[in-house]
Amino acid sequence: MKVLVKSGRVIDPANAIDEKLDILIVDGKIAELAPNIGAGEADVISAAGMLVTPGLIDMHVHLRDPGLEYKEDIITGTRAAAAGGVTSLACMPNTSPVNDNLAVTRYIISKAGEQGSANVFPIGCISKGMKGEILAEMGELKEGGCVGFSDDGLPVKDGEMMRRALEYAGTFGAPIISHAEDLSLVAGGAMNEGPVSTELGLKGIPNVAEDAMTARDIMLAELTGTHLHVAHVSTRGSVELVRQAKTRGVHVTCEATPHHFTLTDDAVRGYNTNAKMNPPLRSQDDVDAVCAGLADGTIDAIATDHAPHHIDEKNVEFAIAMNGIVGLETLLPLTLKLVGNKVLSLQQAIALISCQPARILGIDRGTLSVGAVADITLINPNKEWLVEAEKLQSKSKNSPFIGQTMRGCAMKTLLAGKEVYSR
Amino acid sequence: MIFNPKHILGIKELSAAELTFILDTAESFKEINNRDIKKVPTLRGKTIINLFFEASTRTRTSFEIAGKRLSADTVNISASSSSVVKGETLEDTAKNIEAMHPDIIVMRHSASGACHYLSERLSCSVVNAGDGMHEHPSQALLDAFTIRQHKGRIDGLTVAIVGDITHSRVVRSNIYCLSKLGATVRIAGPGTMLPPGLESLGCEVFNNLADAIRDADCVMMLRIQRERQGAPLIPSVREYARYFGLNDNNLKLAKDDAIVMHPGPINRGVEMSSAVVDGPRNVILDQVENGVAVRMALLYLVAGGEKLQQD
Repeated sequence: MKVLVKSGRVIDPANAIDEKLDILIVDGKIAELAPNIGAGEADVISAAGMLVTPGLIDMHVHLRDPGLEYKEDIITGTRAAAAGGVTSLACMPNTSPVNDNLAVTRYIISKAGEQGSANVFPIGCISKGMKGEILAEMGELKEGGCVGFSDDGLPVKDGEMMRRALEYAGTFGAPIISHAEDLSLVAGGAMNEGPVSTELGLKGIPNVAEDAMTARDIMLAELTGTHLHVAHVSTRGSVELVRQAKTRGVHVTCEATPHHFTLTDDAVRGYNTNAKMNPPLRSQDDVDAVCAGLADGTIDAIATDHAPHHIDEKNVEFAIAMNGIVGLETLLPLTLKLVGNKVLSLQQAIALISCQPARILGIDRGTLSVGAVADITLINPNKEWLVEAEKLQSKSKNSPFIGQTMRGCAMKTLLAGKEVYSR
Repeated sequence: MIFNPKHILGIKELSAAELTFILDTAESFKEINNRDIKKVPTLRGKTIINLFFEASTRTRTSFEIAGKRLSADTVNISASSSSVVKGETLEDTAKNIEAMHPDIIVMRHSASGACHYLSERLSCSVVNAGDGMHEHPSQALLDAFTIRQHKGRIDGLTVAIVGDITHSRVVRSNIYCLSKLGATVRIAGPGTMLPPGLESLGCEVFNNLADAIRDADCVMMLRIQRERQGAPLIPSVREYARYFGLNDNNLKLAKDDAIVMHPGPINRGVEMSSAVVDGPRNVILDQVENGVAVRMALLYLVAGGEKLQQD
């Protein structure tokens, strides 16, 4: 089985490639990259005028399966991924039951393998039941396919527990992904603390709620030597803490979401529950700091924190609405917008959603090297399209970008050489 | 001027001219409240539902009397007797009420933005009787009305507001209302009760009572809302009273003819000494009295105003 992707502009940041090349795929693997490869008996996909990149990677997704399938499931979630050009994703363990045992890990992997449209790499829980009390069986979970550990959605409150989690995860060479939030400082807040929360009369969440926990976790990473990955950094303070830690040589990486580098807490005005997420949308100063962190390499990955919620969970008073938005299908245009705004080079932008998250998770994806699995995304960077709720592949429609025009989208998504999405 | 807003959700959205028009309209209703027969047929045939998800005596009664004196049929629904306890959503509750064709829903709710939420989902008018920590427009209007009654104007006055600013919807509406009408608004409270970015609403912020009330024309004290405080914001009521309570002594800092206001209910001995509460400067009962006239004006204007009289 041969496929030839012809005449595209190949962007492969891991190999510093940016040129017009053909890619020959044989039996789901990349066999050759060269100008003008003869078609032979291969099926030809024309990529003229398009970018050809490694299949995109989103390292922070909530698939809601098992247990919360009314929001999303592995089939619809990976379909949304494919439509967004994402071929690999890491799914967070706060399902029902949570992914703190091998049975759940195996269920996710087998259902994704049989019915999914993307590679699914589970993240296991740090603690049993995500209660922050007893370590989950990380060794067995890692062996079963988990690529990292997190109690995402909840911070590990107890300092010693986090220390032991880092030490233990280090034994198995897995990163700990920190949802850095000091709940005592959140104190029931519903949005970013600042002039907008004062005006709207909503309880604010101060930046320090994130900064204080990021600082603690970085220091614990320094103590233990284990790889710490800080999820969804949203504040100037967190970006700066990670920057300083990297300078000191601490093994720390971090990610930022498209909404945190695109929107400010202004989006909450009108009590828009699709602008409610955790961490909350912050100030323009924080957005600028996140962009600067992406530009100078402090931030290693762009991840969506794709968090589907049923309309009934959003169509309520702001204070009681669920946190989170769907993001898989708007990841690419919002990332490319940073290229348009001259925050990132195209190589940087693609690296942040391919080889860099792959490196963090230790998965053999995110490049177009010869011999690699042929996960490939064909991108039209200039195509304009309207985000419409009914056209989203995700089961949930909780996006603040609905009704907005995006620029850039995946035209074809190949998973091991097989087309899983075409526009 | 013709001003018939569909909803009254907050003061922020209203212009100085619109605020003045509401106050002038209230002026014409005030006289009705002193008649022997306190009723005019203006809103006959209209149905007003007072939908209160939070306990309230003053505001609910005031709206109810306002509606009745305009001959509207008023119905009160309070949260304890509603379907909220059965788990119904706010939207479903409101839609069920709307199916009975009210003309106006007057709502109080503990969630900021709840009236905004309702106005986007219902076809009848919504009047905000207090939403969370957001706005309480009828209170700000009756405060402005009372100040105007005693001072003859609002433009150029200095009004000090002292208390738990963070949790107060009254203060937000008052800052907008008074500053739009030309007053200088000074705010004071302990640091734990001053939200960030308060200045951007249109006021000066102080962390002590003396600087805020010095030479003020009007001093407005807010209730220390013990029931709202989940977090430790003040060490004790005793210490609060010592540094932020109004008494005969510190009241001397304000102008000699300064008036003292309070949205009620008062904690005597906490935000105000009993001597001040019972003293000659306070206009608190005028506020309550004027509340009826202001709410009559709001219901009248929302229901159709000028157009209504021509029919």
